[in-house]
Amino acid sequence: MKDRYLNVTPDADRKQAALFDKWLSGENIPFADADATAAYRERITLIKDAIQLKKTPARIPICPSAGFFPVQYAGVSMYDAMYDYDILAQAWERYCHDFTPDAYNAPTTIVPGKLLDILDFKLCKWPGRGVSKQQEYQYVEEEYMKAEEYQDLIDDPTGYFMSTYFPRIFGSLKPLEKMPLLPPVNEIPCVPPAAIPFGTEEVQATLKTLMEAGNESGRWITAVRRINGSVMGKGYPAFSGGFTKAPFDVIGDTLRGTLGVMMDIYRHPEELREACERLTPFMVKSGVAACKAAGHIMPFIPLHKGADGFMSDEQFRTFYWPTLRKLIIGLVNEGCIPQLFAEGAYNQRLETICDVPKGKTVWWFDLTDMDRAKKTVGQVACIAGNVPVSLLCTATTDDVKAYCKNLMDVAGRDGGFIFSTGAGMQGAKAENVKAMIDFAKRYAGGNYV
Amino acid sequence: MSDNLVDAMVHMREPEALALAQKMLNDGVHPLKVLEQCREAVEKVGKQFELGHYFLPELVMAGEMLKKISAMTEPFLKHEAEDKTARLGKVVLGSVQGDIHDIGKDMVKFLLDVNGFEVHDLGVNVSPERFVEAIKEVQPEVVGMSALLTTVFESIKNTVAAIKAAGLRDEVKIMIGGGTVTEEVRAYSGADAYGKDAVVAVNLAKEWVTAK
Repeated sequence: MKDRYLNVTPDADRKQAALFDKWLSGENIPFADADATAAYRERITLIKDAIQLKKTPARIPICPSAGFFPVQYAGVSMYDAMYDYDILAQAWERYCHDFTPDAYNAPTTIVPGKLLDILDFKLCKWPGRGVSKQQEYQYVEEEYMKAEEYQDLIDDPTGYFMSTYFPRIFGSLKPLEKMPLLPPVNEIPCVPPAAIPFGTEEVQATLKTLMEAGNESGRWITAVRRINGSVMGKGYPAFSGGFTKAPFDVIGDTLRGTLGVMMDIYRHPEELREACERLTPFMVKSGVAACKAAGHIMPFIPLHKGADGFMSDEQFRTFYWPTLRKLIIGLVNEGCIPQLFAEGAYNQRLETICDVPKGKTVWWFDLTDMDRAKKTVGQVACIAGNVPVSLLCTATTDDVKAYCKNLMDVAGRDGGFIFSTGAGMQGAKAENVKAMIDFAKRYAGGNYV
Repeated sequence: MSDNLVDAMVHMREPEALALAQKMLNDGVHPLKVLEQCREAVEKVGKQFELGHYFLPELVMAGEMLKKISAMTEPFLKHEAEDKTARLGKVVLGSVQGDIHDIGKDMVKFLLDVNGFEVHDLGVNVSPERFVEAIKEVQPEVVGMSALLTTVFESIKNTVAAIKAAGLRDEVKIMIGGGTVTEEVRAYSGADAYGKDAVVAVNLAKEWVTAK
């Protein structure tokens, strides 16, 4: 199907309505009381009205990105938050309780440290494992995929990930190099050779490691679900559910790395584009599945290498945008609202990214000019953002309030706007976070101060 | 011929640039002359970047072509002809404490080097003490600090404070940069300037050494 993901399908609206209804219903959420249920639904309605661009919401929803701020605010280390799920829970609940944003971020970016230990994860250094216990995890950029491997990735993305990429990024999974190709296993004589690797000691040890990894992830997700139930039960929806990425970023972030992908634009342009196309259905399907599993409608999509300065407009339109747009349409056709988190500045991209179906996406900006964003993308999509985290880290509360007021005046007029930060708030001063949220709530409520 | 190498590099025709460089070397053109042309090409690429015509892919490719051609010149250099051209000035550079990212820093290092600066790269996760030591040792005109994380703005501030406490603040100009760094961070940290990209960093350094 050559035209798959190019056009919005006729049943997309119906699917979106169904996902909104499910999100609004809050089924399975242990609500504290009827007021909490009502507050939860009111908050979702604010967000829904902002997204759909059909009417102005009762007020601007206030949904900052917590990032790792709750950990720092609780006075605990990143190490403790990653290794002790009770500490993580306490930190998260305290942040949500003290600041009460309209929507919160589930603590799923605080990944379990023990899981990374079990897998001997190579893509990052994390607290106590290469960076200090206070510091957040950080990526180690390498060419985990080599330039000459594009064809292998294009031929069989799943096989490439399992047998080549995983052994490189998970030290404990090196024996997966022995995994057979799966499509050839389709006839009786093909069965024994395919099973042979599973009889070897190292593959069996790897399978046990994976079981351990599964158990640890299970303990962590149980804690995360408890936190989510507790926060939502008080009337606060999550701001996003599930996660996916632009195909170009999949390759540019952790397969080829920044430098690798930038060179590939010149050295392997056709393979790069083909690989992006090949990964697109995976990113659509995983985004839809993760979003629905969370009972949500908005999968979070952080955008990295397409920002201003990373490439020219022509390169953006050639390499980055075509498959990002397909991802957007693929998600929209399943009823999802892609939450596109455009890190850095997108001032050069505003015209191009207007090519999305109206009222079906959220464009969340960081350092982009919000006045221009409102006049362009704001005509077809809800825009969100963009209190700079550098401001929250360094400025006074008065500066923060002044910024928020101007932002809400510029971007918030006539709806279609969700108040947020430009990035996760790690490093922010608590008094600035408080000033921002309190001011924004008052100002959004029409109580001009 | 020589213009062709510059032209091929500036227009990102990598195979042609490499073939031309090899031919020049085989024909007996002095390796330093070949490298000088590479530098000229990289400067032109930097100019195109500054004008908003070129972006990261072109900077990276220019660096790659230079690296490959430098390697080609090795057998021809015979080591007696070390590049002892006078340097514009000295820069001490590093990613600040707590931050292990290096791509932005390395880009700045590459362009400073090509533009005639002697760069002392302290690497990543560099403590304020290490910056101070290096300043005493190298006596640079310029100090560059790189940061990607918003949690290390304090490190920038602490490093500027440590340089001041060591009595070295008036000896150096301090520039900061990185994905999340803004003018607010500059004001907060007490650095002299913030650069939004690697070319700005080079221009700042040039401006400062000329003013001295």
